[in-house]
Amino acid sequence: MSDAMLSVNQIHCAYDSVPVIHGISLEVKEGEIVAIVGANGAGKSTTMRTIAGLMHPVKGNINFLGEDVTQTPSYAMITKGISFVPEGRRLFSKLTVRENLELGSYIEKNRAVIDERLEEVFSLFPILKKRENQVAETMSGGEQQMCAIARGLMSRPKLLMLDELSLGLMPSLVEKVLETVVEINRKGTTILLVEQMVQEALEIASRGYVIQTGRIVQEGSARDLLESDSVRKAYMGL
Amino acid sequence: MSTFVQVMLDGLLAGMLYALVAAGLSLIWGVMDVINFAHGEFLMVAMYLSYWLGFLAHVDPIVSWVASGAFVFILGALTYRFIVSRCIGKAAMAPLLATFGLSMFLKNFCLNRFSPNFRILQTTVLEGKKIILGDIVIGLPQLVTGLFSLAILFALYFLMKKTRLGWAIQATAMDREAAELMGINTDRIYLLVFGLGGACVGIAGGLLTSYLAVHPEVGALFGLIAFLIVAMGGFGSIPGALAAAILIGLVEALAGFYIAPVFKYVAVFAMYLAVIMIRPKGLFGW
Ligand SMILES: Nc1ncnc2c1ncn2[C@@H]1O[C@H](COP(=O)(O)OP(=O)(O)OP(=O)(O)O)[C@@H](O)[C@H]1O
Ligand SMILES: [Mg+2]
Repeated sequence: MSDAMLSVNQIHCAYDSVPVIHGISLEVKEGEIVAIVGANGAGKSTTMRTIAGLMHPVKGNINFLGEDVTQTPSYAMITKGISFVPEGRRLFSKLTVRENLELGSYIEKNRAVIDERLEEVFSLFPILKKRENQVAETMSGGEQQMCAIARGLMSRPKLLMLDELSLGLMPSLVEKVLETVVEINRKGTTILLVEQMVQEALEIASRGYVIQTGRIVQEGSARDLLESDSVRKAYMGL
Repeated sequence: MSTFVQVMLDGLLAGMLYALVAAGLSLIWGVMDVINFAHGEFLMVAMYLSYWLGFLAHVDPIVSWVASGAFVFILGALTYRFIVSRCIGKAAMAPLLATFGLSMFLKNFCLNRFSPNFRILQTTVLEGKKIILGDIVIGLPQLVTGLFSLAILFALYFLMKKTRLGWAIQATAMDREAAELMGINTDRIYLLVFGLGGACVGIAGGLLTSYLAVHPEVGALFGLIAFLIVAMGGFGSIPGALAAAILIGLVEALAGFYIAPVFKYVAVFAMYLAVIMIRPKGLFGW
């Protein structure tokens, strides 16, 4: 056994029996920020969704904290300590910011603990405090993204998985959001993220994986990947 | 003038009951996108239960509505577990056709067991009692049924809007996958929602037995009216259901009194068509 917090071993995934992931393995160790990068349609989101239990691999297995979670239903993953902020935010559009956040800690029944976590995410994202009673769909894209991250933190996960935080955000906001991710990580949450903004993602990550058409084609420390010619050519247009 | 007030009051009280029947249908529809075709027959089952409890065990409808509500809650939950959950997400029509089959089964089962006879409870606590205000007479069974229905409706609204469970139900309705990611077991929520939808119509049926005769066809009209109310009020909206139900109750009473009793459903369906033509998403549609 490895010492990894999360280990994904040779998973194969398919949509309606059309295979899209052909044997992906990856690891996340406690305290790390790990980035998965790759072109559109490479299978990044599918990999994330499979880890989060929204779909199950047809082959291979997934271990989290020494436990086999390959077939664990998605609603049970959060109690194991994995929180997933999916692509496109997926806020509950007609509910308020506050209600969205409360649902983030749905599995926690202790009111005092929930209030304490609300205070925590409000101090991380002061804007959400101001928007507490605003209906989620009426907020700007950036505010929605912060709300989605905050909601993902409300269960105080051991591993936070983030799919395409930068989607639809202006560059300065992307930087700000990624800085927050670093801050969350410093406070002790392990992070697995998927990004289109390859350079920005690798700059904050400790390690990275490059996925291409359902396979891992390159992996290593974020610095090595940043300096690698193939990554620079393919994803940073350099 | 007092006749007009009398007719309006009758319509209002009927509307309050319709609202509770419709709220059950609306809840299921709003959360699961499933039309429970057996909704009217759930009401019939509740009425039979309440009738037999009254006839055999002398439990008054004013008490036995609790049992009717609980019984149809379980009936609803079983319907979800054994019928609806198996066909949901397959063909869009599948749950509709399956619950249609269930409605036929329930209707014919009661026809076979209890005959087509109309049965009404005699000597209930509220029977024949009325409140008389000048020229206006309000039957106590109708008044109690209407006010109770309204109270249950408010409780349901409170549950949906102000409790974490209610938010979880709404979240499941808006984005099932995202709800799962919050740790919400959405299959359980569906089960609960089908049960709650059943409980609404079960309570309504239980109360209704205090003044209405039960027979195997009694659910059909109520089911149809509930359907109109939901379509008019906007799917999943409880305030919408209340508004539409009261509108239907009033139109039905006014047309029935001032035009002709046989005309009342003509007026109701005409109004339905008019509303849908002007606002296809319903009065309170999303
Ligand atoms: N629901 C689905 N049904 C069928 N095929 C799908 C579905 N979702 C994704 N796919 C296919 O699976 C492959 C991988 O998609 P995935 O969403 O994982 O890519 P991605 O790397 O996240 O891309 P992007 O950067 O555009 O988000 C693609 O070929 C896509 O067309
Ligand atoms: Mg993606």
